[in-house]
Amino acid sequence: MSFLRRRKGTDSSKSQNLRCNIVKEDEKNNLYESPRKESYNSKKWSCWDSCCWFIGFVCSVWWFLLLLYNTMPASIPQYVTEAITGPLTDPPGVKLRKEGLTVNHPVVFVPGIVTGGLELWEGHQCAEGLFRKRLWGGSFGELYKRPLCWAQHMSLDNETGLDPPGIRVRPVSGLVAADYFAAGYFVWAVLIANLAQIGYEEKTMYMAAYDWRLSFQNTEVRDQTLSRIKSNIELMVATNGGKKVVVIPHSMGVLYFLHFMKWVEAPPPMGGGGGSEWCAKHIKAVMNIGGPFLGVPKSVSGLFSVEARDIAIARTFAPGFLDKDVFGLQTFQHLMRMTRTWDSTMSMIPKGGDTIWGGLDWSPEGSSFNCGAKTLRNNSINNTGQIPNINLANMKDVNYGRIISFGKDVAEAHSSKIERVDLLDSMKADMLANLTNCDIWIEYHDIGDHRIKAVADYKVYTAGSILDLLHFVSPKLMARGGAHFSYGIADNLDDPKYQHYKYWSNPLETKLPDAPDMEIYSMYGVGIPTERAYVYKVTTATDCSIPFQIDTSAEGGSEDSCLKGGVFSADGDETVPVLSAGLMAAKGWRGKTRFNPSGIPTYIREYSHAPPANLLEGRGTQSGAHVDIMGNFALIEDVIRVAAGATGKELGGDHRRCSPDGIPTVGGSKPQPHWHYDRLGAVAK
Amino acid sequence: MASVLRFRKLCYVESAVKCTSVGYESFEIDEKLDKKEEDVLSANNFALEINKKRKQPKRQPKEWRCLDSCCWIIGYLCTTWWLLLFFYHCLPVTLLRVPELPGPGVKLKREGLTALHPVVLVPGIVTGGLELWEGRPCADGLFRKRLWGGGSFTQIFKRPLCLLEHLSLHYETGLDPQGIRVRAVPGLVGADYFAPGYFVWAVLIENLAKIGYEGKNLHMAAYDWRLSFQNTEIRDHALTRLKSKIELMYISNGYKKVVAVPHSMGVIYFLHFLKWVETPPPMGGGGGPGWCAKHIKAVMNIGPAFLGVPKAVSNLFSAEGKDVSYIRAMAPGVFDSEILGLQTFERVMRMARTWDSIVSLLPKGGEVIWGNMDRSPEEGHVCDFSKKSHSKTSLTTNNVNNSEVKRGFLVKDLANYGRIISFGKPASVLHSSKLPTADSKEFSRTSTSENFNNFSCGEAWTEYDEMSRQSIQHVAADKAYTTTTLLDLLRFVAPKMMRRAEAHFSHGIAENLDDPKYNHYKYWSNPLETKLSDAPDMEIYCMYGVGIPTERSYVYKLSPNSRCKSIPYQIDNSVHGEDGSCLKGGVYFADGDESVPVLSAGFMCAKGWRGRTRFNPSGIATYIREYRHKPPTSLMEGRGIESGSHVDIMGNFALIEDIMRVAAGATGDEIGGDQIHSNIIKMSERINLGL
Repeated sequence: MSFLRRRKGTDSSKSQNLRCNIVKEDEKNNLYESPRKESYNSKKWSCWDSCCWFIGFVCSVWWFLLLLYNTMPASIPQYVTEAITGPLTDPPGVKLRKEGLTVNHPVVFVPGIVTGGLELWEGHQCAEGLFRKRLWGGSFGELYKRPLCWAQHMSLDNETGLDPPGIRVRPVSGLVAADYFAAGYFVWAVLIANLAQIGYEEKTMYMAAYDWRLSFQNTEVRDQTLSRIKSNIELMVATNGGKKVVVIPHSMGVLYFLHFMKWVEAPPPMGGGGGSEWCAKHIKAVMNIGGPFLGVPKSVSGLFSVEARDIAIARTFAPGFLDKDVFGLQTFQHLMRMTRTWDSTMSMIPKGGDTIWGGLDWSPEGSSFNCGAKTLRNNSINNTGQIPNINLANMKDVNYGRIISFGKDVAEAHSSKIERVDLLDSMKADMLANLTNCDIWIEYHDIGDHRIKAVADYKVYTAGSILDLLHFVSPKLMARGGAHFSYGIADNLDDPKYQHYKYWSNPLETKLPDAPDMEIYSMYGVGIPTERAYVYKVTTATDCSIPFQIDTSAEGGSEDSCLKGGVFSADGDETVPVLSAGLMAAKGWRGKTRFNPSGIPTYIREYSHAPPANLLEGRGTQSGAHVDIMGNFALIEDVIRVAAGATGKELGGDHRRCSPDGIPTVGGSKPQPHWHYDRLGAVAK
Repeated sequence: MASVLRFRKLCYVESAVKCTSVGYESFEIDEKLDKKEEDVLSANNFALEINKKRKQPKRQPKEWRCLDSCCWIIGYLCTTWWLLLFFYHCLPVTLLRVPELPGPGVKLKREGLTALHPVVLVPGIVTGGLELWEGRPCADGLFRKRLWGGGSFTQIFKRPLCLLEHLSLHYETGLDPQGIRVRAVPGLVGADYFAPGYFVWAVLIENLAKIGYEGKNLHMAAYDWRLSFQNTEIRDHALTRLKSKIELMYISNGYKKVVAVPHSMGVIYFLHFLKWVETPPPMGGGGGPGWCAKHIKAVMNIGPAFLGVPKAVSNLFSAEGKDVSYIRAMAPGVFDSEILGLQTFERVMRMARTWDSIVSLLPKGGEVIWGNMDRSPEEGHVCDFSKKSHSKTSLTTNNVNNSEVKRGFLVKDLANYGRIISFGKPASVLHSSKLPTADSKEFSRTSTSENFNNFSCGEAWTEYDEMSRQSIQHVAADKAYTTTTLLDLLRFVAPKMMRRAEAHFSHGIAENLDDPKYNHYKYWSNPLETKLSDAPDMEIYCMYGVGIPTERSYVYKLSPNSRCKSIPYQIDNSVHGEDGSCLKGGVYFADGDESVPVLSAGFMCAKGWRGRTRFNPSGIATYIREYRHKPPTSLMEGRGIESGSHVDIMGNFALIEDIMRVAAGATGDEIGGDQIHSNIIKMSERINLGL
C-alpha cells in the first residue's frame, strides 16, 4: 500500500522518470528499511499465506452473500422459481381452501418404522449430555461422534425385547416426532402444512408416536402407548363435537393401527376394554399409506444378512470395502446385532406363506411387471395395449415365489430340477456350535459351519419356508418374535386362539371390527421396481462376518429383466410390493368376507410414480416412492377431502392405474393388465 | 474494487508470464493505459524489479494491500478456529465436562426413590413457546416455527413489526385476529428452555428423569399464556386436554394421584382449572365434586402470583418495569427519541394490552391486602441493595426482632407501599390527609374532552391516543393510587381493555362465597373469591424465593414528550430515597423473588387457606417453603443452585429435592412442613381479612 501512495505523485510523469523514481525510491526504501529487513522478507507470499488469503476471501464473500440473502425479502426465491418453471400450481391445501373446505374430522397420524424420532431419557456414561436429545432422527450427529455408544443405546434387550438395564430411549411425542426425519427430509411435514391451510392445528391433529423398535403389544406394556392413543382419540372426538377421527397410518403404522383396532375392543387384561363398538363410534376412515399389510420381502434380507439392494450395489462398486472391517469397525455386524433386537422388524416378514407370495414355480405377479419400464414412461401412451403383450411374449416368467435362492441357476431352474437337502434333516444332525471369539455377538456365531452349509444346500426358500430358515439360523430371535407376531392364514377365525394379541397385526388372522360405516383406504405408489426376491451366495470371508450375502453378480439377460444385482424386482413403491399393499383392499376385505364380516367398504387409490421434473421440485409432487409419496399432491388432496368430510365414493372410489379391461382410467401413463383381480383373485382362498 | 480485482488477476493469472521479460514489454504499454491500470501494472513491475535485485527467481513476492491483509487475517482466524473446533470435537466428551455437582436427582436415586406419582408441569406467563400456524404474507416461511421462546429470537430482529402484529390478539375479543393463528408449543419442549441455554423447566425435568420419570408420567400442560384462562378452553380446549391427560396418567400409572407443579401465572391458571374441572358442563369440565380429591395429590406452587404482582401495573400503565426505567435513566432519549420511527414502547404496549392474561396478574384484594394510603402489611421492611449476600442474611434474620426499633428511625422515609402509583415523590410520602383524593367519580369522561386529539394522530395505537391532554394531566395531578383506585384508573385510561378483560377476571374479595354469582368463571382464578375444592387429602405448597428486592409500588411522572402516539406517563427514575430506603429509581421495593412480593406468594398459604377457613372449607393442608436467595458463588454455577429469583429458582436444588420427594410419595410433613425466612406471618397478621 505504501508504495502506491508514495508513487502517486509521479503518475503523470514519463515512464522513464517513473522507472528512475521507483529505483530511487527502492533504494531509499532499502536504506530506510534495512533495519527491518527481517520483517520485510517475511511479508512475501508463501503458500501458507496464499491459503489463508484464499480462505479469508472465500469466507468474506460467503458472509457477504449470506448477508444479502438474509436481507432479501422472503418472497424472492418463490418469484425466481416461478420465473424459471412458470406459475406454480397451488398446493392442495390452498386449492381446497379456495373451494371452501374447512376443518371437519380430527386427524390422527400413525408414523411407520424408522421415521419416528427417538430420544434418550437415561443412558450409560458414554452418552452423557445427550439427555432428551434425539438419538434417532434429526441430524444423527451422535452416530458419527460415538457410533458404538449410539448402537448400544439404540439396541434393546436381547431376551426381552424391552429396555436394557440402565438405558431408556423413548419416542419423541407430538407432531415434531415425525414431521421431518432429518433436517430438510420431510415425512409428514407437507401433509401437516396442507392440512393447516384449511384450518387444522394442534387440537385437531395428533401424531400417535410410538417406539417403533418394540413389538406392538410391548409399546403398551412399557409406555402405555395404545392407551394414550385411545385416550387422545376419545378426547378429540369429544372436543370436536362428536366428529369421528380420520386415521392416516403410514408404512408399518398400518400394521400398528390394525393391532390398535383389535386391542381397543378387546377386554382389559390384554386389550383396551373399549367395547365392541369403539371403532364404529370413533373412527370415520383409515387411510393407509403404503401399507405393508402382508409384509415386505426387504425385511427378510434385512434379518437374514442386514442388507438390501442399496448395500448390495455399494458392495459391487467397491468390493471388499464393506467386508474388510475397515478400522475394525465391523459395521454390519454391529448393525445386525442392533436391528435384531428390534422386534418390530419381524412384524413385516411376509405373511400368508406360499398362498399369498407364491410357491416354487408360480407367483401372483407372474410376469406382468415390466422392469425396464422406466424408459418407456413418457412415450408409451400412444401404443396402449401393445406393450404388455409384447412384454408378456418376450419375458420369461420370474419365479418371484422363491424369495431366497442360492445361485442364479437355482433361481431360474424349474423346481423339479433342483436338488434340495432337507433342512429338517440337517437340523436333527446338528452339532454343537463352535463358539468363536468374536467381539460382537450375533446368532450366526452360535450356529456352526455345518448349519450354514445346510442352509445353502436347501437352495430355494419360499415365503413359507423362509420362516423355517429364520428359525433355523436365529432361533432366539424368532422365539422372541414369535410371541408377538404370527405369519399364517387363519382357517377358522372363530377359533379362540385368535384372541391372542400376536395375531392382531396380521390381517389374515383377524377380523376387522364391526363398523360398517368406517372406510378403509389403501393408498400407495406404483411404477417403481421393488425388491421381491433375492439370489444369495455363501461368503467366503472369515469367522466373524455374516455368512450370507446377496449375489450381486447375478444379472438378468436383457434390459427388461427383473433380475438386477441379485435382486428380483416387482411393481411397487420401492419398498412395499403392490401385492402386499393392495391385496387386502382389493380382495381380502372387499365386500363381506370372513376377514371383514361387517362389510367395511374398501378403496384402492394408486398413485403412478413420476420423478420430479426438475431440481426445484425437490422430492417431487407426484412421487410414488414409499416415503416421498407423503408429498404427493394427489394423495394429499385425497386425504384432505376425506378429512373435510368426503366419503370414498365422493373421491371417485377406486383409483387404479387402469381398469380390468386394459383401458387407462386415470392418468393413463402406462397400461398394465390389472392383476389384482384376475390373477391374485384366485389366490386368497 | 475494480482495480483491486484486476490487480489480483495480474498477480495470479499472469504471474508466471510476468516473471519473465514480458514484464518489461507490458511496462512499455503502460503509458497508454488509464491511471488506475498504470498504478497496478507499475506496481507490479516495481515488485518485479525488487525481485530481480534480490535475485529470487523462484517466487514472485507481491506486496500486501489492505484488503489482502484483511483477507489473510480472516482466513487465518477461520482456519485456527476450525482447527480448535476440530480438536475440541476430537477430545473425548468426558474430558471437557465441567465436573457438575451431583444434582438432587442423583442423590435421591441413591436413596432409592423412584417415580411414583405422575407429575404435571404448568408453565407461567411468557416462558411458554408460541408457534405460528397461519399468518399474513410478511410471516412467510415461519409455519410451525417459534415466534416466541424456545429457539432464538432472530425473527424478532429480522421483522419486528410483523412479529408484533402476529403476537397481538384481537383488541375487542381477546382471541385470534382475522387470518392469524398462533398456538402454544405442546409437550415438554414448550417450556423447557426459554432461549438456548436459558433453562426454565429443563433442570427439574432432568432431575425427575433420574428417578425414572419419562413421557408417560411427566406432562407439560402448555397453554397459550396470552389468552384469558377460560379462552384457552374456548379456543384450544386446553383445560379439557389437561383434564383428559391427568385422568389418563392417573389410570395408566396404576391409579396414582397426580402431583401438579405450576409456576408463576400457571399457579392461578391451575386454580382456575381446579374450579373448572368440578363445575358442570356448559361452563366447566363436568368432572363432578370429587374429581380433585380423586386425581390430585398435591399442588406445588412455585413462585405463586396468587394475589397478583405490582409489576403488571406498571406494565399495563406505561409498558415499563424497573429494568426499562433504569435504562432510561442511563441513556435518556434512547427510547424516547423514536429512533428510526420505531416507537418501540408504544407498539409493545399495544401488543401487551391485547393480552388478557396480564390483567389476571393485577393485584387482587384491593386495600385490604395491599394496603391503603397510609399503611401496608409490609411496613417496616428494610431494604438493602448491597449485593453482599452474607451481610444481607444477617440483616434480614435480625429484621424480625429489630423491625420495631428500626421503624422508629425510619419513620421519615417510610415506604407507603399501599400507594401503588403516586405521581411525584411528595405524593408518595405525604400523609394522605394532605393529598387530593382520588375519587373514582372523577374518572368519568366528559363528552367535550373525549377524542379530542384523535384526528391529528391518525391511527390510534394505544388507548392513550383517545384521551385528551386535559384528562391525562388530570390523572397525574399530584395524586396517589391504591390497588382499589388503581383499577378505576386503568378503567379510565384503557376502558376497552378493561372491559374486555374484566369479563374474565375479578380482583375483589368475596363477602359471601355462597352467592351464586361466584359460580361464574371470572372469579375462579382469584383465591379470594373462590372456595378450594372439597379434597381434604390434597396438599397445597407455596414455594418461593425470598431475599431479593421486588417491585412493589411506583413513583410516576408525566412524560416530557408531548407528541401524540407516545405514552404520557413514565416511571420517575430520578426519585431516590436515602440510604436504607426502599425507594430507588422511582420504584419502591419489598421482599420477594424479584417478580412476586412475598405478600402475594405466601399470604394464602400462611393465612387465607391455613386451617379450615371460608376459602378452604375442607381444610386442605398448606405448607410454606421459602428459599433464601443466594447468588451463584462462581461463574461455573451458571444461574445458581441456590437462587431464589423468580425463574432461576427452578434450578434451586433444595426446591427440586422437595418436589422430587413429594412426587416420590412423601407428604408435606415428611419433607419438613413450613420453612419460613421472611416476615410473611407478621404481614399476614396485619391483614384484616375475615376468614
